[in-house]
Amino acid sequence: FFSKIPSVPRLSSNVQLQLLSWNPYVTGNSVIAMKYKDGVIMACDTGASYGSTLRYKSVERIKEVGKHSLIGGSGEFSDFQEILRYLDELTLNDHMWDDGNSLGPKEIHAYLTRVMYNRRNKFDPLWNSLVLGGVKKGPKGDEKYLGMVNMIGTHFEENHIATGFGNHMAIPILRGEWREDMTFEEAVKLIEKCLLVLLYRDRSSINKFQIAKITTEGSTIYPPYALKTNWGFAAFENPSKGAVGTW
Amino acid sequence: RKPLSPVSAAMDAASSLMGGPSSADAPTDGEHRMGTTIVGVCYAGGVVLAADSRTSTGMYVANRASDKISQLTDNVYVCRSGSAADTQVISDYVRYFLHQHTIQLGQPATVKVASNLVRLLAYQNKSMLQAGMIVGGWDKYEGGQIYSVPLGGTILRQPFAIGGSGSSYLYGLMDHEWKEGMTQEEAEKFVVKVVSLAIARDGASGGVVRTVTINEEGVKRSFHPGDKLPLWHEEMEPQNSLLDILAAGSSDAMVQ
Repeated sequence: FFSKIPSVPRLSSNVQLQLLSWNPYVTGNSVIAMKYKDGVIMACDTGASYGSTLRYKSVERIKEVGKHSLIGGSGEFSDFQEILRYLDELTLNDHMWDDGNSLGPKEIHAYLTRVMYNRRNKFDPLWNSLVLGGVKKGPKGDEKYLGMVNMIGTHFEENHIATGFGNHMAIPILRGEWREDMTFEEAVKLIEKCLLVLLYRDRSSINKFQIAKITTEGSTIYPPYALKTNWGFAAFENPSKGAVGTW
Repeated sequence: RKPLSPVSAAMDAASSLMGGPSSADAPTDGEHRMGTTIVGVCYAGGVVLAADSRTSTGMYVANRASDKISQLTDNVYVCRSGSAADTQVISDYVRYFLHQHTIQLGQPATVKVASNLVRLLAYQNKSMLQAGMIVGGWDKYEGGQIYSVPLGGTILRQPFAIGGSGSSYLYGLMDHEWKEGMTQEEAEKFVVKVVSLAIARDGASGGVVRTVTINEEGVKRSFHPGDKLPLWHEEMEPQNSLLDILAAGSSDAMVQ
């Protein structure tokens, strides 16, 4: 297989690019999040895959950042762990200013965007899609914030966010059913609807989830749990009943 | 490098991508890889690390009795899988760093520090390395611990860990048979059974099963030769010769 030390004249340009960037190995799945009445709610499964193997099944992919934010990461898990270290350094330095101020979700999101985009420009991306959510007091009172940034530096804010497969399966549901000022209970029910759809239709998802919320009071990451799935359709039991000989 | 089959890269690598050695001329030119089965488990009081002993270059077994469990400090060892050269170099660097760290710290290094040093090297050089490692040891703060450092440089603490190409055959088995809080004897028997089952099905794993048990008292190395491992489905009791079977006049001998 190819030489590990790139030798510029010998290799064609697209291989050079392959050597400069790389492929992800241990990857986390979708993360979904939405704003609700009291703040932001975020959820994901606790799995990390290794190619097609569901290798690690108790992985926490949502973490607290400072006092005001939550970060959810999908993609290469080693890069997510490194990003958490960068954020540790960032929040530590922020704390040491000891000026009564602290970085809010908007600032953390901006920092992450710079990090991701600059790595992308060097053809050495952090292979992640990150969801950043939080609540902080601003000039207009408590301001909820939810945004995402991915490995190529694309970033935006929205009322509801999903990464990976969630973009295809969860966003349509969220676009149809999300409303301003949902209660916590309504928000959890909607999130669970999306998590279930991902469980049914995303091959790399597992039935073990974590939901987290962040409000002005602080953040809570709930312990992992599993959802009931529904297989009780007559058509599932007997698929060829109405059309004998069908595949 | 193939994105979706990193675990079996050992065999695939020889035939993938740019004009490197194909499996045809691998015996002489191929990079030494440890196909491997490696396992690390925590038990009540410490950890047991286990590995097979096959190092292959393509289809040829370069070393049938290699030692894939390397010492990092008195109380921390690492199981190596992937490229033999990469993991040897990583082990050497980490051993060197830990030696200095221990002197400066004035007491044995913790398993967490040792594993994080392995992670640092694996993560920062991820585009150049193919090394999947399991770090295990005992320290006075957290007792027995196992840390997994797979390709890419993720670090995850686990009650047990499996790695290498042979580990594909062990996921279901571990899901079924793993239990917390085994005794030392149960744990040692368990890992030998598990590695020998993987050897039975993985062409890239074979030879002997080596185990290293680490606890508060110290370190114990064990050697389980290939002919003393349990026999599995379709495997037969080894004999000296057909002649012995015939001499025994056994009716098992097939007669046309």
